Amino acid sequence: MTALQRAFTGRSAYLLIAPAALWLGLFFLFPMLSLLTTSLSDPSGSPVYGYELTWRLQNYGEALADYWPYMVRSLFYAGIATAICLVLGFIIAYAIAFKAGRFKTIMLVLVIAPFFTSFLVRTLSWKLILADNGWVVETLKALHFMPDDGRLLATPVAVVAGLTYNFLPFMILPLYTSLEKIDPRLNEAAADLYANPAQRFAKVIWPLALPGVVGGTLLTFIPATGDYINASLLGSPNTQMVGNKIQALFTTAGDYPHAAALSVILMVLIVGMVLVYVRRAGTEDLL
Amino acid sequence: MSEATPPEEVKKKGISRRGFVIGGAAGAAGIAAIYLLGKGGGGGGTAGCITTDLSDTEATLAVSNWPEYIDEDDGDYISTLTQFQQDSGLKVTYTPDVNDNIEFFSKVRNQLGSCQPTGRDLFVLTDWMAARMIDAGWIQQLDKANVPNLDKNLISSLQGVGWDPNREYSAPWQSGFSGIAYNKSLVGEVGSVSELLTRADLKGKVTMLTEMRDTMGLLLLADGANPADFTDDQWGTAIEKLSKARADGQIRAFTGNEYINDLAAGNIAACVAWSGDVAAAEDENLVFLPPEEGMMIWSDNMLVPVQGNHKANAEKWINNYYDPAVAAKLAAYVWYVCPVEGAQAEMEKIDPSLVDNPLIFPTADYLAQTHSFMALDEAKASSYEKDFADVTG
Repeated sequence: MTALQRAFTGRSAYLLIAPAALWLGLFFLFPMLSLLTTSLSDPSGSPVYGYELTWRLQNYGEALADYWPYMVRSLFYAGIATAICLVLGFIIAYAIAFKAGRFKTIMLVLVIAPFFTSFLVRTLSWKLILADNGWVVETLKALHFMPDDGRLLATPVAVVAGLTYNFLPFMILPLYTSLEKIDPRLNEAAADLYANPAQRFAKVIWPLALPGVVGGTLLTFIPATGDYINASLLGSPNTQMVGNKIQALFTTAGDYPHAAALSVILMVLIVGMVLVYVRRAGTEDLL
Repeated sequence: MSEATPPEEVKKKGISRRGFVIGGAAGAAGIAAIYLLGKGGGGGGTAGCITTDLSDTEATLAVSNWPEYIDEDDGDYISTLTQFQQDSGLKVTYTPDVNDNIEFFSKVRNQLGSCQPTGRDLFVLTDWMAARMIDAGWIQQLDKANVPNLDKNLISSLQGVGWDPNREYSAPWQSGFSGIAYNKSLVGEVGSVSELLTRADLKGKVTMLTEMRDTMGLLLLADGANPADFTDDQWGTAIEKLSKARADGQIRAFTGNEYINDLAAGNIAACVAWSGDVAAAEDENLVFLPPEEGMMIWSDNMLVPVQGNHKANAEKWINNYYDPAVAAKLAAYVWYVCPVEGAQAEMEKIDPSLVDNPLIFPTADYLAQTHSFMALDEAKASSYEKDFADVTG
């Protein structure tokens, strides 16, 4: 019996688990219960005098019926952003892993560097870049890529661009760790066996990078779906995502039960999609 | 998960998976029980949770106010805030973190409702929200002996409000108007709310405020309804109009104070705006005007929450800002309606050009075109707020 196994016998095991259990209890289980009870409360209460728990399941039906377009829009925007991130991220991660040479560290630092400033400030700076009278829009108009009364800010393009920008590092880093582990000799061996570049990518690089792809897409898609900062700063009322709706229901409408129900629906939906995705990708062992 | 663990291995590990799950479930049930038991109370009933005033021993004061709502030090100019700190010896933590009444309410409601401190000794909220908080028992009564200037100098139009007839809980900070602002370098004059909602050259270039009473008040006026006394049908028509303008892409966003940056940057051309913001932006292209249909008037009130530990200090602050000279200095900077009698005379010394400015010292004629929003009971308020949030959010 190793020391570790000895430590895990009898009561001491519970003691060792206690800190983690307490943490989860306080900061996961408790808020979750609070969310669930709120979602089943009578919405005729008010934020001032509290809500009464009446096990009102209709909240879920109503939230879904009223706000499903926001849910669809969120999944759609997050899906596009994740796809763009995957393409861009793969190229960048591949370049860092195999082609960067002595610039590898610098490039990795550059990927992480944006995290040193606030998420909000970074998103707000996109407002300047995409402004109606800014140089991006002016250039696009001059090149006739955009009609004269066109704009980028307050359109779905700006929201997806913001999501892509903000979550790109979450795609690059897992991809990089996967790609970095690939022995370059495998690629060379494939070339020796007359595999062309496309075949080498499909048969060697991609399968070996799959854990990074799964990790990266999850880390990008999940937060992007629930994000509301990008849509509220770069979008318009017609590009609102489900996060904006939840935020508005909590803060502006003061309708906690429906907001909570919508949050639970979003959570269940994402957990469900992730489970299916991970099973299909066949990488359960890697998570 | 990997392959199933053989039973004897489970035993060796000392703590079985089943045991752990049962233990965890029991723990969760315990937490749930505690939570549900504690849930009955909700809000209200906070009369007994007024804290001891620590003003005698702690010379500090934490104030939360709206952005762009106070003068700032600039070169030789000493702000009223700095001056107050020097005169009173109090260290003031001034935070402009109120951007929207309901948003701020959501921020503090859990603490106020459960008798916890919010870290603020004084905050500034609009009439209807002030009324709601006083009604919930979350606001401390002011000690009249400490705020002689308030009783002496409050202008008559702000005395005797229904929700606080003797101003025992609240003191107006500033009043103001909600009307239209536009950027004249981008578009011609925008004179009415109907134009905001329909003019083709403004498409996608209009913002409205997330403050329901400002935005909806103006929309009701545009329909010929009276914001101080309207029917559910009139409300429905106005909401319908707003919803259509939003769906058509006429409205670009619903905002708090931040609209002023977008207006100056040219991202928006016209918007529903608060009177003082435009003047304070000091941009000659920006114009504020009262819409043809009439405009909304409101006031923001200083309130001391029950768990504010420095009530006497807060009263010093209130009393200071009700000194006509201080009030005039502040008004000259923020350009909102000054609630202090005698400030107009003091303004002569600061900036004679502002003495007759109706945005700061409105005449009876000017006030005749202003309207206030109907007082709503809790149920009505939440139903209207939900309608409004469905369009804005």
